[in-house]
Amino acid sequence: MANIAIRMQGVRFRWRPQDPIVLDIPEFQVAKGEKIFIKGPSGSGKTSLLNLLAGVARPEAGDIDISGHRITAFSGRQGDTFRADHIGFIFQMFNLLPYLSMLNNVTLACLFSDVRRQRALGRAPSLDAEASRLLQHLELDVSGLASRPVSLLSMGQQQRVAVARSLIGGPDLVIADEPTSALDADARQSFLDLLFREIAETGSTLLFVSHDAGLADSFDRSLAIADFNMAETER
Amino acid sequence: MAILKLSLMSLLNRKATVVLTIIAIAVSVTLLLGVDKLRDQARTGFANTISGSDMIIGARSGSIQLLLYSVFRIGSATNNITWQSYLDLAADPRVKWSIPLSMGDSHHGFRVLGTTGQYFEHYRYGGKQKLAFAEGKAFDDVFDVVIGADVAKTLGYGIGAAVVVQHGIGAVGFVKHEDKPFRVSGILRRTGTPVDRTVHITLKGIEAMHIDWQTGAMATGRITSADAIRRMDLPTDTITAILVGLKSRTTAFSFQRHVNDYKKEPLLGVLPGLALQELWSLMSTVDKTLGAIAAFVVVSGLLGMTTMILAGLDGRRREMAILRSVGARPVHVFGLLVTEATILTLVGSLGGVALLYLGLFLARPLAAEMLGLNLIIGLPSPRDVGILGLVVGAGFFAGLFPAFKVYRQSLADGMMTRL
Ligand SMILES: Nc1ncnc2c1ncn2[C@@H]1O[C@H](COP(=O)(O)OP(=O)(O)OP(=O)(O)O)[C@@H](O)[C@H]1O
Ligand SMILES: [Mg+2]
Repeated sequence: MANIAIRMQGVRFRWRPQDPIVLDIPEFQVAKGEKIFIKGPSGSGKTSLLNLLAGVARPEAGDIDISGHRITAFSGRQGDTFRADHIGFIFQMFNLLPYLSMLNNVTLACLFSDVRRQRALGRAPSLDAEASRLLQHLELDVSGLASRPVSLLSMGQQQRVAVARSLIGGPDLVIADEPTSALDADARQSFLDLLFREIAETGSTLLFVSHDAGLADSFDRSLAIADFNMAETER
Repeated sequence: MAILKLSLMSLLNRKATVVLTIIAIAVSVTLLLGVDKLRDQARTGFANTISGSDMIIGARSGSIQLLLYSVFRIGSATNNITWQSYLDLAADPRVKWSIPLSMGDSHHGFRVLGTTGQYFEHYRYGGKQKLAFAEGKAFDDVFDVVIGADVAKTLGYGIGAAVVVQHGIGAVGFVKHEDKPFRVSGILRRTGTPVDRTVHITLKGIEAMHIDWQTGAMATGRITSADAIRRMDLPTDTITAILVGLKSRTTAFSFQRHVNDYKKEPLLGVLPGLALQELWSLMSTVDKTLGAIAAFVVVSGLLGMTTMILAGLDGRRREMAILRSVGARPVHVFGLLVTEATILTLVGSLGGVALLYLGLFLARPLAAEMLGLNLIIGLPSPRDVGILGLVVGAGFFAGLFPAFKVYRQSLADGMMTRL
C-alpha cells in the first residue's frame, strides 16, 4: 500500500450529466516513483483523467487514492490544498503567467502550499534561489533570461520553466499533459532527458500523457488509455 | 496578500486598457466631486449675498420676489413705498440703521440703484464684509455715481467717466437722460455679489434725472440745467425697498409684525436668512439634477470597467487554469477579479481627487476674476471621503459580476486550457 502512488477503482466520469461517460476505469494503479506513459488519440479522455487525478473534476462513482489519500472523499477545499501540496502540473503549452517573471512563475507553485514552500526552503536559502537552482539544472541561463518577459521565451524554454514549477518543493506526483507536443524532435528528447533527471532527484511519480507513441520507450511503463478505460469514446 | 500581488501584476501587464479605464473612472469621480463642491460653494455664495441686514422691507408682495429685486436685482417691484413710511420706520426705536433703495432704471443693462451714503456704511455681504472702494469715494454730489467692479470692467469706466442713465429697465430704455452730467466718483472692489453689477446713484440723482420727464420739459425742449438742479430741493416721493439693521436681533419678530401690520400702506418685511433659504429650496431641483447627472457618469465609468474586465476574461481562461493547477481555489480566482475591480476604482478615485485639486488650483484665479467666486480649496471633507467610499464600494460590487462568471467558468473548465 505504501508504495502505491495512484489507485483508481470503479471510477466512472462524465463532464456534464447530459454528456456520455468519458472514463470508465474498473482498476488502475501506478507505483510510487514510477514513470508511466499513457497514450491515446484525441478525445480519448486523457485530459479528463488528469483532471480527476488533480481533484479538479470528480467522478460520479468510484474511488481515487493518491499517496494513500482518498481524494474522492475530500471537500473542494481539501482537494485544492492537496493538489497544491502534492501535485505538480505541466500543460501542453503556454504554462506561464505572462505578468510574472520567470522566477515568480516557478515559485508560484509555493504560493498556495506551505508544505512545498517549506520543502523548497529546506533545500535553498530562498524560494528564488531554489527556483534558479532548478532552472539551472534544466539548462536555462537564469541570469541571461530572468529579466525578460516570459512570453519572449522559446516554447522549449517555457516548457522547462513549467517543469521547474511542477518540481519545486518536491511534489509526490507530477502530471504532464502532452508537454512536448509543441516542441520539435530534438527539443523533445532533451526535454524528456532533463525531466527524467530532475524527477529522479525528487523521487516523484510521473504520469505523462501524449498521443505521440514515439516517446514511450524512455518510460518505465507505457499504456494505452483504452487498456484500462472501458468507456466508448468518439473515435 | 498573494492574491493582491497577483492582481497588481496582472493589471500592470495590461497597461493600456487599465490606464484608460482608470482615466474614465478618475474623470467621472472628478465630475462627481466637482459638482458637489460647486453646489456647496454656490449654496454658501448664495447665502453670502447679503449679511448684516436684519430685515428687508418692500411693498406687500411675495417674500421671494422682494428678495430677488432688492438683493439679487432681478425682476422689479410691483409697488413702491412712500418716503413718509420710510421716515416713520427709520425712526422706530428698534431700528439702528436703514438704507433706502430705489430701483427702476438701468444703464447698459446694469441696474441703477438710488440710495444714500448709508449704503456704503452698512451694507454687508459674505461673512459681514463691508463694501470697499477700489478707486475713488462715495457720493459727494447729486450727479456722483459709484459703480460695481463688473460695471467698471465691462464698460471700461474709470473715475470721472460720464454716465448716461436710461429710464426704464433693459438695454434699450425709453428715454435717455443724456442731459444730466452723471460722473463716476467711485469704483467698488469686487464682492462676488450682485453689487458688482450695480450702478449706484443718489436718491436726489434719481429725482434729477426724472425731473424734466415728469414736468414734460423733455417734450418742449426746455431742459433744466445741472446747476439749477443742484440748487433745487428735490424731495424723494417713493422708494422701492428698505434694508434695516436692528439694535437687537431679539426684536426682529416684533418689528416684522409692526411692518406687516403697518396701517398707512401694505408693507412686507422679510428676514433675509429665511427668504434666502426659501429661494434656495426652489433651486434645489437644479441642484439635485446636477448631482444625479454626475452620479450617472460614475455609474457609466464603472460599467466601462466591468466591460473591460469581462472582455478580457476569455483571454484569461488559461491564466485561471494555471492558477487552479498550482492549488488556487475557485474563491481565489473570484477574489482575484474582485480585487482587480477594487484596485481600479480605488486608483481611479484617487486620480479623480488629484484631478479635482489640479482643476481647482487652475480654476481659482479664473473663478475669482470672472465670477467673483472665491473657491475655497481645503482638505477633502468627510462628505468627499464618504462619496469616494461609495464609489469604491460600487466598484467592488461591479467586480462581483465578472468574478462570479470566472468562478463558474473555472469550475466548469477544470484545468482544460482552452486557447
Ligand atoms: N471541460 C470540459 N467540459 C465538458 N466536456 C469536456 C471538457 N473537457 C473535455 N471534455 C470532453 O471530454 C471528452 C474527452 O476529452 P479530453 O480532453 O479528455 O480528451 P484528450 O484525450 O485529452 O484529447 P486531446 O488529445 O485532444 O487533448 C471529449 O469529448 C471532450 O469534449
Ligand atoms: Mg487533452
